[in-house]
Amino acid sequence: MNDPWIQTLLVLLILTDLVMLGSSRVGKCIRVIAAQGVLLAALILALNINSLNGHVLLLAFASLFVKTFLFPWILVRAIRRADVDQAVDPLIGFGPSLLIGALLMPLSLWLGTRLPLPDALASSLIVPVALYTMLIGLFLLVSRKKAITQVLSYLLLENGITIFGVALLVKVPLLVELGTLLDLLGAVFVMGIALFNINQTFEHIDSSKLSFLKE
Amino acid sequence: MIAVSIILPALAGLLIFFLKKDRFDFIRRFLLLAISALHLVFCAFSWFFLPEAQLTGWLVLDPLGLLFLTISSLIFFAVAIYAVGYFHSLKGLQGFMKIPEAAFTCCLLLTLSSMTLMCSSQHLGIFWISLEASTLVSAPLIYFRRSNRSLEAAWKYLMICSIGIALALLGNFFLAVAASPPGGEPFSLVVGELVKGAHSLNTIWLRAGFLFIVVGYGTKMGLVPLHTWLPDAHSEAPCAVSALLSGALLNGAFLGILRVYQVCIAADQGAFCDSLLRGFGLFSIAIAAVFILSQKDFKRMLAYSSVEHMGILALGVGMGGAATFGAMLHAVNHSLVKAMLFLLAGNVLDFYHTKKISEVTGMLRTQPATGALWVAGLFAISGFPPFGTFLSEFVVLKGAFDGGFLLEGVALLAFLSLIFIGMVSAFLPMSQGKKIVPEEGRHSYWKPSFWSIAPPLVLCCLALLIGCFLPPALQQLLHAAARSLGGS
Repeated sequence: MNDPWIQTLLVLLILTDLVMLGSSRVGKCIRVIAAQGVLLAALILALNINSLNGHVLLLAFASLFVKTFLFPWILVRAIRRADVDQAVDPLIGFGPSLLIGALLMPLSLWLGTRLPLPDALASSLIVPVALYTMLIGLFLLVSRKKAITQVLSYLLLENGITIFGVALLVKVPLLVELGTLLDLLGAVFVMGIALFNINQTFEHIDSSKLSFLKE
Repeated sequence: MIAVSIILPALAGLLIFFLKKDRFDFIRRFLLLAISALHLVFCAFSWFFLPEAQLTGWLVLDPLGLLFLTISSLIFFAVAIYAVGYFHSLKGLQGFMKIPEAAFTCCLLLTLSSMTLMCSSQHLGIFWISLEASTLVSAPLIYFRRSNRSLEAAWKYLMICSIGIALALLGNFFLAVAASPPGGEPFSLVVGELVKGAHSLNTIWLRAGFLFIVVGYGTKMGLVPLHTWLPDAHSEAPCAVSALLSGALLNGAFLGILRVYQVCIAADQGAFCDSLLRGFGLFSIAIAAVFILSQKDFKRMLAYSSVEHMGILALGVGMGGAATFGAMLHAVNHSLVKAMLFLLAGNVLDFYHTKKISEVTGMLRTQPATGALWVAGLFAISGFPPFGTFLSEFVVLKGAFDGGFLLEGVALLAFLSLIFIGMVSAFLPMSQGKKIVPEEGRHSYWKPSFWSIAPPLVLCCLALLIGCFLPPALQQLLHAAARSLGGS
């Protein structure tokens, strides 16, 4: 079942991952996360187009609302209030980052063939794209300095897990899905407050300078 | 009943959040104590009459859940009493706003609520939600002191644990794939039903799922090498919070691993899971021993000791047989003793205003009650008779040698002796030796009080009681919990 629409959405997700790797501005990264929210909601609908029901619609809408509107709003507000500088400050430059991004693609395709979904639940690209987005998230987490970019990388990681999750969507109870989304929202909210405090206390949000505590 | 015990603390917490003014001091503190006492009563009640299942079997208190819930509830009650005294002692301090106290109490109660949900949930998804929620509501607690260091610790805790728990979510999805029948019919992620249908699970996905669960929840549990947030968070948080994190929340994360472990042993994947748990456990004990030997900060030392004891729990369950029973008993003992030590560390910190081991001496003379309990705590945590920890460590060791895990048993003994040396050489000079009079004015506001001495004293007595006489009811519960994990 390799629906062309699903394939298109998955390829678009890969492209947004690459944009995220090459962005030098925090604002642009936030827009990428918002765009992925739209793609994820569309993916939820596309995967269940033959069995649309209240569960699917509610979840697609909730996911769209939280990831595309609430997250960017909370993060932009945190940046404004904390007066954060827009530069991304990579530890590993943008060129090498993109190169690593290109190398991670065959790796996740290979891993995808090692972990086949038992019944062909959906597109064969789902597992590789989910793994790819997670790997990019983990890579950004260690290769970008600022606390705000760590939050964005965490969201990318979470999106990758969600891509995997939507393939199983109809089988997981609605309450659990909504609870997961609520937790994520709480996480971003608390992280937003923490960002503000970090900037107030340290006068920067460079997490590599958070180094009082080490052995 | 279960639902009430989850919702009531959350509601009280939210109510308290809006009672920020000074004149509500009494109401806030009374609510905190009343709710935690009620919760403890609910737990004690559940020992005799198991509450009915709720949410179509998603919330059930089985022996394993009840055991961990009782530990959490007991530690929370002690922490609540201590916290009230702590708030009171802060009153004289300049520049301490009243606003954090309301938010602090609110977060404490929300933590209690999420812990109750965690211990009673049989649905793996609900468990995940409660564990992540507990991380989010306890992160502000670490930042109570409003210093650079505590902010850094809270950030690390938030980021590292969130990432760990996100990986555990992937683990849950893997389990869902393992459980999904070929025809695409609906299935459930309730532990009991997964155990029933264990033989039709897809083993590759099940193993991958367990691996991610151990890595993910292991981060929150403090297993090496995923423990990096733990010493920072435990040393920078207010001591009452450290006691809660160490005594209750670490166990909660372990419970998450155990739930999936139950499914795995039912699916005949026990050997794989056991070796994973033994490896993580032994590695944690080894690394903790290294850091304890070279530690200069007594709160960090207690934090590394938590890493060590979590390692013992994982190792015990990984060896199976009698060691599983030992691990369950050790979870109880460790929580009691570690909470007691962190509360005492709070007294020491408030008196000497330093966390350096070398700057604290003569505690037995300067503050006899805390000093005496500190020495008792030292012997309890390093597993001396007649404390309960001796009994449980002995059972784990016996399980190791009976089960043919000679290498693990010998290594455990060696590391325990190293840790004992490290802790004795740090803690004894703190309590004995010359009486240092702290500089004038620095310790003026702290006096030992009922609130700061009674909770650690009671915890110490309980640890002693378990060592001398294991109550039959507790023994039954521990056996039932161990049996559900394939032990005896």
